[in-house]
Amino acid sequence: MNAQHPSTDNIHNKTTPAFSPGRLIRENKLTALLIAMGLFVTVIRFTQGLGGVSNLDDNYPWGIWISFDLLCGVALAAGGYTVTSAYYLFGLKDFHTAVRPAVTSAFLGYLFVVVALHFDVGRPLRLVYPVFVSQGTTSVLFEVGLCVFLYLTVLAVEWSISAFEWLGWKGIRTVIVRLTIPLTVMGVILSTMHQSSLGALYLIAPSKMHPLWYSPFIPVFFFISSMFAGMSMVVFEGSLAHKGLHDQMDEAHLRDADKITLGFGKACSIVMMGYLFIRIFAIAMDNNWNLLSTAYGKWLMLELLGFVALPSFLYAVGVREKKIGLIRFAAVVTVLGVVLNRFNVSLVAFNYNLPSAEKYFPHWMEIALSVFIVTLMVTAYRFICTFMPVLREHPDYKAH
Amino acid sequence: METVFYSLQDFMLCTKTVTYVLMGLGLFGLLGYWLFLTGRDESIRKF
Repeated sequence: MNAQHPSTDNIHNKTTPAFSPGRLIRENKLTALLIAMGLFVTVIRFTQGLGGVSNLDDNYPWGIWISFDLLCGVALAAGGYTVTSAYYLFGLKDFHTAVRPAVTSAFLGYLFVVVALHFDVGRPLRLVYPVFVSQGTTSVLFEVGLCVFLYLTVLAVEWSISAFEWLGWKGIRTVIVRLTIPLTVMGVILSTMHQSSLGALYLIAPSKMHPLWYSPFIPVFFFISSMFAGMSMVVFEGSLAHKGLHDQMDEAHLRDADKITLGFGKACSIVMMGYLFIRIFAIAMDNNWNLLSTAYGKWLMLELLGFVALPSFLYAVGVREKKIGLIRFAAVVTVLGVVLNRFNVSLVAFNYNLPSAEKYFPHWMEIALSVFIVTLMVTAYRFICTFMPVLREHPDYKAH
Repeated sequence: METVFYSLQDFMLCTKTVTYVLMGLGLFGLLGYWLFLTGRDESIRKF
């Protein structure tokens, strides 16, 4: 087996350093500082309550922990279902080397969404109640909670293949590999449901949301934008992995990286253009053209032209000219655009008619906690990619 | 310029007409965009 995979074997043996917490802290001072700050805020949150660390009130019960950690986190973790469905269901075998990084980042994304929710809900120990104790089956939020719970389980099982290869547990790894197709189908179904339902949460507040962002089609907007958000995040993470984790990648991953970037670039470009059209149709359906000349209208134009139309065109030019750097730049703009959209829906357009004195601005500890969550996620991703076969094939196992 | 509507019928007729026209243009636009996007692809389909 080793003789068949000389390059991957070398990489696998070369890049498994001994784990040393002291060395890790010395080499990652900024990470250690951010985690220490996050732990400090965590202590305050769980000793003084939400009021001690946040500016949330009755007008804004959902702040940036929902806007960024949950709405953006779930959208940007959509690479898991897009890549696995492309590879396993549609048979696009060129995406093989993108599957494990995408599943890993999706699993961590959802995992830390749930971690962040424990800070945001008033009684975190009751987070399991909607699923196991008191099912509110008429609530959209119940559907979101159930789907996220189930999809996180699906992602954990899909991701566990890497962990079991690392641990050398061949028997259970074989069982899970056989479950790949049903798991992928479940992942697509659950993602379709909860990505759109996150947008459907806002259907209950038509009078609170600005008409340019409120639409009966907002669940469709959320679902379609999650597709290009996930693929762009995979491209963005791939470019970061190329720089930061280059020594962890085997020949196949290095060789396929450009081809995968071109494939995702093409998919993102056409999906984003379709998304732009349906956003315009929503304006036409509600006859909101006159609102485009207001300040909110100009902000919407910035979102649609600067962070949807522009990156879509950049993707297209990058794909036509085979310019990988341009596609990676477009991926960054797209990710920022999705973040902007989620912030616009949940904060900017929400309660737009309140006087400015009553508007919400996050407490510094809310921002610190979101930074803490992202730092934990990046640290976990680096740990997994360093020790487990994510950016490389394990020499003892065939690709599935 | 804000259009004045005197009934829901007026509103629906106007907005749906505009939306359907835009959808038609959008379909042709998307087709043209796809041709632009794939204009330099190799003839052998790889994905």
